Amino acid sequence: MTMAVEARIPTILRSYTGGEKAVTGEGATLQELFVDLDARYEGLRGRLVSEDGSLNRFVNVYLNDEDVRFLGGAETPLADGDVVTILPAVAGG
Amino acid sequence: MLRIRRDLHDAIVDHARRDHPDEACGVIAGPAGSDRPDRFVAMQNAERSPTFYRFDSMEQLRVWREMDDGDEEPVVIYHSHTATEAYPSRTDIGLAAEPAAHYVLVSTRDADTTEFRSFRIVDGVVEEEPVEVV
Repeated sequence: MTMAVEARIPTILRSYTGGEKAVTGEGATLQELFVDLDARYEGLRGRLVSEDGSLNRFVNVYLNDEDVRFLGGAETPLADGDVVTILPAVAGG
Repeated sequence: MLRIRRDLHDAIVDHARRDHPDEACGVIAGPAGSDRPDRFVAMQNAERSPTFYRFDSMEQLRVWREMDDGDEEPVVIYHSHTATEAYPSRTDIGLAAEPAAHYVLVSTRDADTTEFRSFRIVDGVVEEEPVEVV
C-alpha cells in the first residue's frame, strides 16, 4: 500500500526541490518517504538523516502536529494524507 | 543593515536580562520580503542553559505556522550570550539555517552595559552589519 504524503520544505532546503515549498511523496514510514523524495530531490535525505538512518539532531520533523521524536523517529508510520513539516532547529551556543 | 524599532530593541534586551544567566532566545517576525521586524516573539530556551540555546520544537512549529499564516517570516532571530561577547560562536555559525534573517546577539556579561550586535550568517560566513535603532 502506498501512502501519499505532503512534505513541507523549509527555505534552506528548497534548493533541493527547485524552490518548491511543499512536495508530495510516498512511504509507509518517514524513512521510506525520505528515500522516495531523495529519488527526485537528490541530496535532500542526507540533510535529514545520518548514514544510519537516524534523524539529524538539529532538524525538526513533525508529523501533522507532533514532533516525530516523540513518536517513532524516522520509523514513524505514515498514513495517506499526512503532512510532514521539516524545520531546521533554531539553536546555538 | 538592521533597522529596528526602539521598543523591539528594548524587548530583546529585557528578555536577555530577565533570563540571565541562562541564554534567552526568540524571533521578531515581519511581513515576508519586507526586511522589517515588527512582531516580537520571545521563545523558550529548551536547553535552559548559560551556554546553549534551542527553540522548543513544539513552540517553534506553532510560531512558524503563525508566521506562515500571516505571510510573515523571521526577520530577526536573537539570542544572548551571558558570559562572552555578542559575536556568533562556532555552534551559532554551524547551525544558522535562515540565510535571510538578521542574527542578533546580545551580551549580558556586563551588568551595566548591554552589547547589541547584528550579523548575517550564510553558508558558514559571518558578516556583521550596522544596527540603526529608530
